[in-house]
Amino acid sequence: MLAKRIIPCLDVSAGRVVKGVNFVELRDAGDPVEVARRYDEQGADEITFLDITASSDDRDIILHVVEQVAEQVFIPLTVGGGVRTVADVRRLLNAGADKVSINTAAVTNPDIVAEASGKVGSQCIVVAIDAKQTAPGKWEVFTHGGRRNTGLDAIDWARRIEALGAGEILLTSMDRDGTKNGFDLGLTRAISDAVRIPIIASGGVGTLEHLAQGVSEGRADAVLAASIFHFGQHTVQEAKAFMRERGIEVRL
Amino acid sequence: MTDVAVIDYGMGNLRSVEKAIVHVAGGAAVRVTDDPEVVMRAERVVFPGQGAMPDCMAEMEARGLHQAVVAAAATKPFLGICIGQQMLFEHSEEGDVAGLGIFAGQVRRFPEAKMVDAAGQRLKVPHMGWNEVWHHGEHPLWRDIPDGDRFYFVHSYYVDPADAAVTAAHTDYGLRFTSAVARDNIFAVQFHPEKSARAGLQLLTNFMHWTP
Repeated sequence: MLAKRIIPCLDVSAGRVVKGVNFVELRDAGDPVEVARRYDEQGADEITFLDITASSDDRDIILHVVEQVAEQVFIPLTVGGGVRTVADVRRLLNAGADKVSINTAAVTNPDIVAEASGKVGSQCIVVAIDAKQTAPGKWEVFTHGGRRNTGLDAIDWARRIEALGAGEILLTSMDRDGTKNGFDLGLTRAISDAVRIPIIASGGVGTLEHLAQGVSEGRADAVLAASIFHFGQHTVQEAKAFMRERGIEVRL
Repeated sequence: MTDVAVIDYGMGNLRSVEKAIVHVAGGAAVRVTDDPEVVMRAERVVFPGQGAMPDCMAEMEARGLHQAVVAAAATKPFLGICIGQQMLFEHSEEGDVAGLGIFAGQVRRFPEAKMVDAAGQRLKVPHMGWNEVWHHGEHPLWRDIPDGDRFYFVHSYYVDPADAAVTAAHTDYGLRFTSAVARDNIFAVQFHPEKSARAGLQLLTNFMHWTP
């Protein structure tokens, strides 16, 4: 049976991991290559890097990070953040990324999804959806870190990007992101049921129970988390052992 | 002298394949190439592929690689990966396109009607993630890889060989499909060994040591 995936996410700025890392091991805190290796050793199924570099001068640094990680870590690598053009997608893939996540650019110019998936294949194109609940059973797509409402219905948008050639959806609840209160399971399930492509649930994980719920109740194909792994609260192994106890298929 | 040629016909991203092979190659010369001459002279050949098979076939033909691939598959240790496995077959439902016909059989899309799991939940297509690979008999490329170990897949089509004897492994996803084929000097897999952590690196190591 296909395993549900657990994906640690690293926020990277100017070549350093910026959400703190397992501070017990100070020697490699902040080095994306070291952190990625550790997650690989723990059995992470994929690793996602979100480039949150503010200065455009430092944009190319992520390419060097990806190159170094790809030489040492042989699981799928997804990179997102600031991807605006098909040329950006190509640069990241050539550096060693396996998938590239497109967020705001997909909203402002949906053709980029079709163009990129046509050029490099749907399997390389993840579209990130940041959604907020606006009414019971209704969620809308936001950009700019949840500050700007696009007015797009999240379910309609998910169907549209699937039709345009997205290979996967990285779905983040902006209501839950950073709260540690668990995924927005209603949102996750609504989107997962609406499309045929895999869904990565994101935003709000504070416990291992939350990860399991994302799969069992949210019907996500993969679950993404940052802080519960970074701060040494749990290892990926612990997360997998917990999910297996709940009857969820995982790669141990 | 190129020890390992990774055939590049301009489709998808070969960096991951190259890096994984370099990682296990122990100093052997690894070259990503679209030059038929380099392929012909290489000791071992890796034939990867990503994207849509019709595009892959067209790009390969456009680069004049058809003969070199067929010749390599006839004589050298040859590893097909993903679309590189599918292209070895006669025909694909994807775009109704002919393949190289090195193996008899078809490339089929996961049928909508069967994409349901044991609990009645719908299965997603593409089949993306880590799934179990069950060996059909012994093969040098399975050395030190436990039966049923998980490899990373991402695909919407699978191979359906006419001769069941070439199936080297199967995987279950809605239906039971052939996830690896082997015959003589050819070994080809639907999954991505270059992205399959320890199991994948072991398979690539085994390929580097294989003397069919």
